[in-house]
Amino acid sequence: MGHTFAEKALARAAGLPGAAAGQVVDARPDIVLSHDNTAAIARIFRSIGLERVVIPDRMAITLDHAVPAPNARHAQNHAEVRAFVREQGVRNFFEVGRGICHQVLSEEALVLPGQLILGADSHTTHFGWLGAFGAGVGRTEVAALWATGELWLRVPESMKIVVVGELGTGVTAKDLCLHVIGQLGADGGLYQSVEFAGPAIERLSLESRMVIPNMMAEFGAKNAYLPPDGAVFQYLSERRARKLPVSNSKSQISDHTSAISNLALYPDPDAAYAAVHTFDASTIELTVSCPHAVDATQPLSAVRGTRVHQAFIGTCTNGRLEDIAAAAEIVKGRKVAPGTRLLIVPASSEVYAEAIRCGYAQTLLEAGAVFGTPGCGPCMGNHMGVPAPGEVCLSSANRNFKGRMGQPEAEIYLASPAVVAASAVRGAIADPREIVGA
Amino acid sequence: MRDLPSAISHRPSAIAGRVWKYGDGVNTDVIFPGKYTYTLRDPAEIAAHALEDLDPAFAAQAQPGDIVVAGRNWGNGSSREQAVTCLKYRGIAAVVAKSFARIYYRNGINQGLLLIACPEVVEAAQTGDVIEIDPAGSLIRLDGRGYPFPPLSPTALSIIAAGGLVPHLRRKLGLTSTAVVEIGDC
Repeated sequence: MGHTFAEKALARAAGLPGAAAGQVVDARPDIVLSHDNTAAIARIFRSIGLERVVIPDRMAITLDHAVPAPNARHAQNHAEVRAFVREQGVRNFFEVGRGICHQVLSEEALVLPGQLILGADSHTTHFGWLGAFGAGVGRTEVAALWATGELWLRVPESMKIVVVGELGTGVTAKDLCLHVIGQLGADGGLYQSVEFAGPAIERLSLESRMVIPNMMAEFGAKNAYLPPDGAVFQYLSERRARKLPVSNSKSQISDHTSAISNLALYPDPDAAYAAVHTFDASTIELTVSCPHAVDATQPLSAVRGTRVHQAFIGTCTNGRLEDIAAAAEIVKGRKVAPGTRLLIVPASSEVYAEAIRCGYAQTLLEAGAVFGTPGCGPCMGNHMGVPAPGEVCLSSANRNFKGRMGQPEAEIYLASPAVVAASAVRGAIADPREIVGA
Repeated sequence: MRDLPSAISHRPSAIAGRVWKYGDGVNTDVIFPGKYTYTLRDPAEIAAHALEDLDPAFAAQAQPGDIVVAGRNWGNGSSREQAVTCLKYRGIAAVVAKSFARIYYRNGINQGLLLIACPEVVEAAQTGDVIEIDPAGSLIRLDGRGYPFPPLSPTALSIIAAGGLVPHLRRKLGLTSTAVVEIGDC
C-alpha cells in the first residue's frame, strides 16, 4: 500500500522511514510561526522555567494582526514582541506593515515543499500551496516548540479532492472552496489531510492556489495539500536567489529550482484515502457564504441585490495582487456606490508596491476605495473597518462567524474579490460579469 | 517507563471504568458551557459543570475512574481547554470516541487526559458497561473481546503521565519551576 502526502511529510519531519495514519510521531518543524500572540506565548514559555529558545533560526514572527497598533494595549503588546525578538536573536522577524504572516513567509521563501510548518494560527494550513505540511497548533504548543524544537503530531487520515473540468468565466478558487465547504460541511475534512488533485487545480495561477489550503481551515482540515509543480519551484528559487549577495544568474536559479524540486513529496497512486470526492469545476457557480457560517453557502444568484454597507478586499485568503487587479478591472471608470465603503488591505508590502506600480491602486482610489496598511486588517475585528450594528459587510476573508469583525449585530457575507468589488459599485451583492460585460 | 502515573504504571494493563455513552457531534459548549469560561477557576467548581447541558446525571453521578465513550467529532467548536479539564478534574480516566475535533484532541493530551479513537468499541459499549483500557498494549477489552487502537507515542503517553505539556517539559528539561501558566488574551 502506498502513502499519502501527510504520511510522507510527517515521517520525514519525524526522521522515520515511514508513518501511517493514526500514528503519533514526534516531529521537528522546519519553521515555527507566531505573530502578535508572541508576547503571550513568551509568558507561557517563561512559566516552563526557561530563558532561551532553542530554535531561534527556525522561528518566524510577524506583527500583522493589529497594525499599526490601534491603541495603547496593542502598542504595549508589540513592544513586548520586539523585546523578545531582540533578546532571543530571532532573525526572521517582520515588522508592522510588512504583511500577513502566511503571505510574508511565502514571499520570503522560508517554507519549502515537503517541509513542516507549525504556527499559532489556524490558517497555517496555507502552506499547502507549496506542497508543504502546514498546521495550526495551540499557544502552549508553540512555547513547547521553542523549548525543545519538536512536538507530537498524529498522522492524519487523508481525503482526496479531485477537481476536473475548467472553472467558468469569473469563477475563482474562492468559489471552488466555498462550494466544496458548502457541499461537504464545515467539518467535512475534520482532522484530515485534504489533498487536492486534478486538471482544474493544475491550471490555477500560484496566487489562486494559495486560496485553497488557506480556506481548508474552515473545512476542519489539519492541513491541505496541492501537488507542487515547476511554477512553484521557480517562485521559490527566484526568491531565494534574491537574498544571495552575488548576482542571481540564471544558472544559480536553475540550481536552486532543482534542489527545491528534489524536496517535493507526492502521494503514491495507491495511497489509502479515507474518502475521494470529485468535483466538476465547470458546474461551480459564483458562491457566497451567508451569515453566520462558512458552510451556509448560496449561489450568488440567490442573494443578489442584498444591500452592502462595507465591501472588504484583503486577508491571507484574498488580499494578493491578482485580487486587487480583479477589483481594479471592475471599478475602472466607475465609482463606489453612495452609502457603500470599499476597503482594500493588501496582504503584504510587496503586494501593495506592485498594486501601485501596476496602476491598480490609482484606479481603485479614483473609484473611491480606501487603502489600509498591509496586515490582517478588520478580518477579526481588531480595528480598521469594524462594521456598525445592522450593517452588512461583504468580505473576501475566510470567516463570517457572528461577531468575527468586532460587531455581533453586523452580518458578514464571504465571496471572491471580484464579487466584492462589483458589489461595492452596485451597493448590493452583484455579479461582476454584469458590470464588466455591460 | 518509570515516570508514568500510578493509573498507568501500576496497572499497565488495566484502567477499568464504567462507561458513560454519548452520540455524535458533541460540542464544547455542552461539555463545558461558555458562560463559565472566564469566571470559574477552582477545579472542583469546573468539574461540577462537566457535561451540564448534555447530561445532568453525569455531574451528579460520575465516579472517579469512569470513562466517557462517544461518537464522531467529540469536542468540536471552541478551543477552550476547560472542555478537557472539567472531565480531568471530575476524575474521568479517559475519553474513547469514534473521532475527536482536532483542537480538542491536542488539548486533551496536552492537559493530561487520555483520549483514544476506537470506533469499534464505541459501537459495542453502552452506558453502565465496564471497559478495560490497556494503553501500553493499545487494546480495549469489553465482554471478553479485544478492540485494538493505534498506539500512542511514548511522548504522548509521557505527556499524559506528567499531567500535561508544561509539567512534562519541566520534567524532561530538569526544571523545577512552579510558576502558574498564564495564557494571555492578546
